[in-house]
Amino acid sequence: MWRDLRLVAAKDLRIEQRSRVLTTQVAPFALMVLILFAFALDPDRGILESASPGLFWVTVLFVSLSAVQRSFAIEVADGGRDLLRLSGLEPAAIFLGKALALAVQLAVLEVLLFAGVVVLYGTDLKAGGVALALATAVTATIGLATAGTLYGALAAGLRVRDTLLPLLLLPILTPVLLGCTRAFEAALGTTVGTPISDGWPWVALLVLFALVYTAGGAVAFGPLLEDA
Amino acid sequence: MDVPATPSREPTGAAVWLQGAIVLLGRFPALAGVDLTVEPGEIVLLQGANGAGKTTVLRLCAGLLPVTEGRAEVLGHDLVTDRQSVRHRVGLLGHANGLYDELTVTDNVRFWARAGGASDDEIAAAMDRLGVSGRLAEVPAGRLSAGQRRRTALAALVARRPELWLLDEPHAGLDAAGRDHLDGLVRDAAEAGATVLFASHELDRAMELAQRVVSVAGGRVARPTDTRTKGAPDPESDGQHVA
Repeated sequence: MWRDLRLVAAKDLRIEQRSRVLTTQVAPFALMVLILFAFALDPDRGILESASPGLFWVTVLFVSLSAVQRSFAIEVADGGRDLLRLSGLEPAAIFLGKALALAVQLAVLEVLLFAGVVVLYGTDLKAGGVALALATAVTATIGLATAGTLYGALAAGLRVRDTLLPLLLLPILTPVLLGCTRAFEAALGTTVGTPISDGWPWVALLVLFALVYTAGGAVAFGPLLEDA
Repeated sequence: MDVPATPSREPTGAAVWLQGAIVLLGRFPALAGVDLTVEPGEIVLLQGANGAGKTTVLRLCAGLLPVTEGRAEVLGHDLVTDRQSVRHRVGLLGHANGLYDELTVTDNVRFWARAGGASDDEIAAAMDRLGVSGRLAEVPAGRLSAGQRRRTALAALVARRPELWLLDEPHAGLDAAGRDHLDGLVRDAAEAGATVLFASHELDRAMELAQRVVSVAGGRVARPTDTRTKGAPDPESDGQHVA
């Protein structure tokens, strides 16, 4: 199981390292979205700063769609799905390996985007908010990666997968968006009077989401690989 | 459609044993009741027109398609009750090669072969055998020619040392030397005990390679190749063409 997981994750990360799609296409797109938000809300920098947690996570959601589509596009390009089924790899390990690779890519993008938010929106971390922000980012990333991998597999076998995936995935990710935006508001202090401790219940929601999709995905991935 | 999908009770000893096997793709009967027996170590050619059902037979034998009706047993595994267990024991070379364009030849072969439990020595030997080691080993698959891609996919298959080789148009994209090389590989595999079932439109070459030819048409084996029932002796069949 762990050997299979490492094999799949290493393969996906090596493909990304060689293709540089993340750094040359997805990251510039994400930064462009942040810049467009800045242009749209520039007349009032107060709004921009207070809305920065939501704008940050909406941008992360958009780029995660690209990353999920890319993660499964490489499998269908040359008939890799059939070979995955024949490979002897555990379906749960394939799921966890692909989710891990996706999570690593999203984490890199989040660091870049956060730097962008700090520079463009003037956002700053509250003293004492670092732990909350990190916990939020880690749990949200796991949730995005696992749910994305599960729904990516569901859509991968369909001809309309590129347009269907956002319709399937975005409603499912609403609790993640809500949870990480509220937790980030507390961590960044963008809402006046919100103590940092108000953010932790939202992290609990993110943990629950990540657990449900990690366990559910590991169980459901095999049947999905068969049927899609 | 008269044989229900009931599990076999005892293994037949054949590498492939299909009896009245029906496969529906949606509502379309891709296989309409196939009877086929392939003994261990045999090299059998599936011959037929486009759409006859050759690829479906190969995918069925790989455990990729469910048996809707009839019986199917591959390497002792009953495909009606459990088609997953046989998968790691077969090697399928389909129309696609399953290569990741961004990865090098070595990375591709290593990934698929290691997934199948091959050692580094087996991987290196297979790459040497298929002529994809050396300078070619570090070339990304996306920059390979069709023949080089085919040889890379074959190297991954050979490294895994499957007991049943399922090859769909294996000669496609290969030059004359590559085809000779492939035929040698297939013969060596059969001599080592592997069974080979393949489909090809290159009839002259394929007939020379095959020990037996099975004609497929309209989702059926045109004439039964084997009317054997379990436990009974294996009679000579008039549907077989010995090359």
